[in-house]
Amino acid sequence: MKKMTMLVTESKRLSGEIYSLTLCAGEGETLEKAGPGQFAGLFPRDGAHLLMRPISICRYDRGAQSLRFVYRAAGEGTRSFTDLKPGDRLDFLGPLGRGYDVEEMAGKRVLLLGGGIGIPPMLELAACLSRQEGTSVTAILGYRDQNLFLKEEFEAFARVLVATEDGSVGTKGNVLTAAAEGEISADVICACGPMPMLRAVKAYAEKTGARCFLSLEERMACGVGACLGCVTRTTKTDAHSHVDNARVCTEGPVFDARDVAL
Amino acid sequence: MNTRPDMSVTIAGVTFKNPVMTASGTFGSGMEYGQFVDLSGLGAVVTKGVSSVPWAGNPTPRVAEVYGGMLNAIGLQNPGIDVFIERDLAFLKNYDTRVIVNVCGRTEEEYLEVVRRLQDQPVDMLEINVSCPNVKEGAIAFGQNPDALYRITKKIKAVAAQPVIMKLTPNVTDIAVTARAAQDGGADAISLINTITGMKIDIEKQAFVLANRTGGMSGPAIKPVAVRMVYQAAQAVSIPIIGMGGIASWEDAVEFMLAGASAVAAGAMNFHNPYLTRDLVTGMENYLIRHGIGAVRELTGAVHA
Ligand SMILES: Cc1cc2nc3c(=O)[nH]c(=O)nc-3n(C[C@H](O)[C@H](O)[C@H](O)COP(=O)(O)OP(=O)(O)OC[C@H]3O[C@@H](n4cnc5c(N)ncnc54)[C@H](O)[C@@H]3O)c2cc1C
Ligand SMILES: Cc1cc2nc3c(=O)[nH]c(=O)nc-3n(C[C@H](O)[C@H](O)[C@H](O)COP(=O)(O)O)c2cc1C
Ligand code: FES
Repeated sequence: MKKMTMLVTESKRLSGEIYSLTLCAGEGETLEKAGPGQFAGLFPRDGAHLLMRPISICRYDRGAQSLRFVYRAAGEGTRSFTDLKPGDRLDFLGPLGRGYDVEEMAGKRVLLLGGGIGIPPMLELAACLSRQEGTSVTAILGYRDQNLFLKEEFEAFARVLVATEDGSVGTKGNVLTAAAEGEISADVICACGPMPMLRAVKAYAEKTGARCFLSLEERMACGVGACLGCVTRTTKTDAHSHVDNARVCTEGPVFDARDVAL
Repeated sequence: MNTRPDMSVTIAGVTFKNPVMTASGTFGSGMEYGQFVDLSGLGAVVTKGVSSVPWAGNPTPRVAEVYGGMLNAIGLQNPGIDVFIERDLAFLKNYDTRVIVNVCGRTEEEYLEVVRRLQDQPVDMLEINVSCPNVKEGAIAFGQNPDALYRITKKIKAVAAQPVIMKLTPNVTDIAVTARAAQDGGADAISLINTITGMKIDIEKQAFVLANRTGGMSGPAIKPVAVRMVYQAAQAVSIPIIGMGGIASWEDAVEFMLAGASAVAAGAMNFHNPYLTRDLVTGMENYLIRHGIGAVRELTGAVHA
């Protein structure tokens, strides 16, 4: 991981409050290898909002030395990113955290569940899994309404089902409603989304006996494991402090569902 | 001709290769930021507060951003002194830097227990955190009451094998009073400031942002308060001061030295610039060259009256 200034190569609105941002390493800089489930810290540029915004890696292009992020303009920091234009510079810290172990899922039936702004990190995962021999990938994307994003891009890598809360597209309900309706069975489930969804997915995986990996979110300051701001309760002794509190930025953000007490 | 300035400073008989340290709790034990900066290039690594037994800390959210800074209510999560000695001190032995261990406790006996355990360890100094606003018992209660501060300083000095730094809280009416209490108790040095107690409310949710409700504020927004307190403390005591609070650049570090600090520590702004500690060393050195100053220690308290 390192902190460096990246160049904006693409910045656009996808739908509603959802934006896409692609950054590429500046001349003479190299981007460290990034994996699905990892994230980066993007720094607001106003000098008053000093903490990085943790945003998941949505696509990684090693050849182009670029990373794509898809984010919701939520508060002041992320809203300020919406003004970025190609050629602008943005400070970047990353890649951060421990992502998904793609090799472990090779040859299995993998179900990806993305809820809302939990959808973007699943795209890089789908892309990586699609390159693994014999792996079947189904992605269920849960949206609020008909303002979909990234769906077509998932279709290049996975069988895609959609759930919307208002029923305007696909199954009415959440990602698990769609999984039940589609009678999807899986060996491994990977999920990212709001906490109630993750709790339900964890319970669902326990019931079906599937391996389950969850991508968690916490407030962060350093992003590198030093401040102990971002912990989550674990079911086993954590490696750092031995108090059953693991650092989401370092031991996570992807955890084996059995290891975390949600 | 062009001799480089002397960057070393000596505090309580311990010589540091330069005056740049890390503020406790913002740098772990150096493992994480060691990926960004060469720890051997720092004056000292000041470790995260360690207690006699493991502490789980507070529930989350533990951190929040505020304009020009942040709030934290970590609650001193740490693995306890046993793991700390085996893992963290062993790690730091690989570096040519001074090690200052920050000690926390809920009771006097807990502080003394940690200090005793460190007696025969490879540690250069102890920093006693009597100023953490984020734990229910102990800590700040010792730091806000001059008599209690005097007493605990005396007791710690009686068992400590290493020189003792008392870390002071800014959450007092008169910093000169607590600075003197630490000096009278026998402290070899003081460090300040710890965080300023703050609060943030999410107006949409009409709820506290931090699970702990209050948190300690740090970052550039608190720097003027910290510089003022370092100056006032320097006027009140003769023991050396390690200055901190919002340091974001070498200019800030020089400012703290001029106010009366013998050394400085970088805290929350490591999160913004992981290379900050390294940048402080080079920036201060260039400043000395530019001003024709032969030794960094000449800056201490050099602000004109
Ligand atoms: C590992 C991880 C991956 C994430 N990936 C994405 C992603 O791919 N796309 C996306 O849109 N969002 C993602 N988020 C959430 C994103 O970090 C927050 O929406 C964002 O930080 C909000 O910043 P702001 O400036 O808009 O809000 P503000 O309210 O101005 O933020 C204030 C502070 O709170 C923090 N904060 C606020 N909301 C959150 C939150 N939900 N999670 C963590 N910190 C928060 C900010 O980082 C900042 O430090 C991710 C969070 C984590 C922890
Ligand atoms: C996340 C965080 C954790 C901290 N933990 C400790 C600690 O364990 N012990 C301590 O004495 N001070 C602790 N502090 C206080 C800092 O060492 C420092 O005194 C304070 O943050 C002011 O400096 P800054 O503005 O440069 O951060 C902590 C500060 C932060 C931001
Ligand atoms: S954000 Fe600092 S430890 Fe995770």
